[in-house]
Amino acid sequence: MALAFDEFGRPFIIIREQEQKSRLRGLDAQKTNISAGKAVARILRTSLGPKGMDKILQSPDGDVTITNDGATILEQMDVDNQIAKLMVELSRSQDYEIGDGTTGVVVMAGALLEQAEKLLERGIHPIRIAEGYELASRIAFEHLERISHKFEFDGTNIEDLIQTCMTTLSSKIVNRCKRSMAEIAVKAVLAVADLERKDVNLDLIKVEGKVGGKLEDTELIYGILVDKDMSHPQMPKQIEDAKIAILTCPFEPPKPKTKHKVDIDSVEKFQTLREQEQKYFDDMVKKCKDVGATLVICQWGFDDEANHLLMHRNLPAVRWVGGVELELIAIATGGRIVPRFQELTPEKLGKAGLVREKAFGTTKDRMIYIEHCANSRAVTIFIRGGNKMMIEETKRSLHDALCVARNLIRNNSIVYGGGSAEISCSLAVEAAADKYPGVEQYAIRAFADALDAIPMALAENSGLQPIETLSAVKSQQIKENNPCCGIDCNDVGTNDMREQNVFETLIGKQQQILLSTQVVKMILKIDDVISPSEY
Amino acid sequence: TGSLFKDEATEEKGERARMASFIGAMAIADLVKTTLGPKGMDKILQSTGRGHSVTVTNDGATILKSLHIDNPAAKVLVDISKVQDDEVGDGTTSVVVLAGELLREAEKLVNVKIHPMTIISGYRMAAECARNALLEKVVDNKLDAEKFKDDLMKIAMTTLSSKILSQDKEHFAKLAVDAVMRLKGSTNLESIQIIKKPGGSLTDSFLDEGFILDKKIGVGQPKRIENAKILVANTAMDTDKVKIYGARVRVDSMAKVAEIEVAEKEKMREKVQKIINHGINCFVNRQLIYNFPEELFADAGVLAIEHADFDGIERLGLVTGGEIASTFDNPESVKLGHCKLIEEIMIGEDKLIHFSGVAMGQACTIVLRGASPHMLDEAERSLHDALCVLSQTVNDSRVLFGGGWPEMVMAKAVDELARKTPGKRSHAIEAFSRALIAIPTTIADNAGLDSAELIAQLRAEHHKEGSTAGIDVISGSVGDMSELGISEAFKVKQAVLLSATEAAEMILRVDEIITCAPRRREDRM
Repeated sequence: MALAFDEFGRPFIIIREQEQKSRLRGLDAQKTNISAGKAVARILRTSLGPKGMDKILQSPDGDVTITNDGATILEQMDVDNQIAKLMVELSRSQDYEIGDGTTGVVVMAGALLEQAEKLLERGIHPIRIAEGYELASRIAFEHLERISHKFEFDGTNIEDLIQTCMTTLSSKIVNRCKRSMAEIAVKAVLAVADLERKDVNLDLIKVEGKVGGKLEDTELIYGILVDKDMSHPQMPKQIEDAKIAILTCPFEPPKPKTKHKVDIDSVEKFQTLREQEQKYFDDMVKKCKDVGATLVICQWGFDDEANHLLMHRNLPAVRWVGGVELELIAIATGGRIVPRFQELTPEKLGKAGLVREKAFGTTKDRMIYIEHCANSRAVTIFIRGGNKMMIEETKRSLHDALCVARNLIRNNSIVYGGGSAEISCSLAVEAAADKYPGVEQYAIRAFADALDAIPMALAENSGLQPIETLSAVKSQQIKENNPCCGIDCNDVGTNDMREQNVFETLIGKQQQILLSTQVVKMILKIDDVISPSEY
Repeated sequence: TGSLFKDEATEEKGERARMASFIGAMAIADLVKTTLGPKGMDKILQSTGRGHSVTVTNDGATILKSLHIDNPAAKVLVDISKVQDDEVGDGTTSVVVLAGELLREAEKLVNVKIHPMTIISGYRMAAECARNALLEKVVDNKLDAEKFKDDLMKIAMTTLSSKILSQDKEHFAKLAVDAVMRLKGSTNLESIQIIKKPGGSLTDSFLDEGFILDKKIGVGQPKRIENAKILVANTAMDTDKVKIYGARVRVDSMAKVAEIEVAEKEKMREKVQKIINHGINCFVNRQLIYNFPEELFADAGVLAIEHADFDGIERLGLVTGGEIASTFDNPESVKLGHCKLIEEIMIGEDKLIHFSGVAMGQACTIVLRGASPHMLDEAERSLHDALCVLSQTVNDSRVLFGGGWPEMVMAKAVDELARKTPGKRSHAIEAFSRALIAIPTTIADNAGLDSAELIAQLRAEHHKEGSTAGIDVISGSVGDMSELGISEAFKVKQAVLLSATEAAEMILRVDEIITCAPRRREDRM
């Protein structure tokens, strides 16, 4: 630890309580940081690609998650190291922005760090490395743009979209029925997509899961599914052409916000109050009935009396429906959320062709389906599966697929997968490197090597010889001038990803390269780590 | 280099991770293995909570539910057994045993350097093939009511034979089948009520076509009502509180208090009068009925039953066809429940209220009698399993033989597939068939039979086309399942096969376990 001393040999106090803090400087600091970053990348490396493995994560409360989604693994890993936390952030931002490729981005950053370490040992200044990486990432970014393809689709021809989603799903445990899952994801996205504005609001897609049945039973419902049952067991279980009153006020006597007391000091008052109370309930139910509602969906609870009155007047009702669901129901049925009974009018009612209650399994689980809605812009994906962990993992996988489909609608450019885009970029960066005078050249070359890490990991995970396979594919790309050659993970027999129909979105790939370069640059620029020592 | 994780978080990688999950899963499977089959043993579960209450059971789901498990892979198995219970009700042990065997086989393959992904793809092919093999052999007697009932009877007996009720399985199978047939295709088991009363022997258990409410009749009220008109209600019958927010009584003299009290009483009297005006002679309420209204009811000759639990009310509503009322202003439009006779009956030493001749024939009550509460609890669980399976079979009437027959059929088909499949996957497919055979092996082992000999015989027997051979545990030899009348529901077998494969696959895919530090409890000093 470098310290300054005065003429009497006493140290100057630069950092308070410095004995209690450990400090790393210069090359040591960078090396420690790099090794932490690499350690995180190493964990995710085996999860990459269609043959990637899963991780079990046990939370502090003992709950078990099984997943191979990079963002989820890192999220739940309970990381302490600061640099490792940066990597976690990295994968999270890829998740927020793109939704897929969360593993790839971390593996890429790890490879960049590994290459940087070698350059540091040769005595190249970290800032020069960072600048070289920056230049290289720009080359790769532009190269991706060049090799990308556009594909056209409209509401009827969704095959290409499905293929892309299948690429995403093939690395997950649901790959057994990736075809049907991909179809569900694409149909769901198209149902809510605004093709003119090229925008998709994923909030309109509700993903609901229930344990039991099998994965194949997963279905897309053009409507809303509410995990509730009718408030009274004897209400009708099926309503056709429902007119739905969506309420956020309870079927209870009103509670004014201002504090007040109603004093009862005579028999008359007692009686009037009683009548008033009965009238409240009567009025509420009457109000709903008068505007023509045939189903009441309420955010709050019902008083017993109100409940019976509702059932008595033949007005089925659902209580304790969550706020988000309420909003979705309002969107789907074209109704308005009504906060007060007085404001209930016939125009504000939502319309649905069919509302039914469905029971599952041997337990008392029931759910309410709201289908054939006036406005089918809100859909629900209903997942079934053998166990809870399976359903959670399916939810995550479908989320990825939905994001991919959305990205394609926003920007219909694609690049080919299986590591082909990375190999092609690597070649382009390598070729461009020589044009740069100065030390950056080395960094750019290192970047090209780092790009090879992804196809290499893919080959390794698929049980192929990594170096052999990669060099074969690389030479094939140059020979045939075909940027679509990638790693044949599924042992199909061809390296051409166009034939295998493996592709990814352009923006996803670009984002991966930009984000990982950024984080690596940030890590390289750190030359001093001061941390409180353990005690 | 500093550590990546927070204190006490651990990370298991590669081989070690896989070993940890294999061992955990197999330990769980071995734990419940001995309960499989008609000669399976029971387990005693003692809770660590207050009273150290004891449960004796051989229901896989119940055993696993009560275990404290730390191994993540083991948790996956517990989870599948729970789902099996919720979904089809039976086969909770088989599913865990099969998943455990699949992993045991997988471990051997991993040790000879076959990649887990290869094993998974082999298992998938095998599971598909096994399912198709079963589909080919199913028998569907839906159209023939007589035969179908016979099937149900056989399934119920097979399910019950592995439980505590096996002594009187015929009796209980009949009870269960009768109860389920009354449901007419609905899977709603709520309308079958099970009442447990210690005392007597298991054979004294009976099915009652009416409805039994575990309540007493109020003092001074009629003990027997014919042609009862019943009002089922959920309303406050203590003091009817004013529900308007912020209301309170504030008076300045004792006289006023008395006045208000009178008004309150008057209010209650009116309410009771309104209820009586429905023209009823029986009133059942979910909430308490205070002395005052009870007295009023007694005066009017109405039988008032208080504090029936929520399930009871719902069922009673269902059975008698009445609606559950909470307001009483429109007597003409409230649907009343009807039954021919209400009377107080004695079971053992307890008085219960019996509603017979009810309008809706769907519901019924099974009264279980037995020597001890543990026995009754286990009997209830067994009966529940049987009821679940039966109600599922009513909807999906495909039936298979039991006694290890389906496993042998599947194993044979899977074996053939293995011979046809080129590549490393065939090892995994072969392993799948070995795992399937482990189930009849375990059944035979548990019965104290020479499993190696029996399984070999069985396999030879199955080589013939259309064989119906299985293990006859009673005589300890290979027997004809169609003659012995041992059947199982297709739906249960399919669920066992698919969820076990799914779980095994899930555990196989794992190559790393990251365990976070357990959350610390706040130290309360």
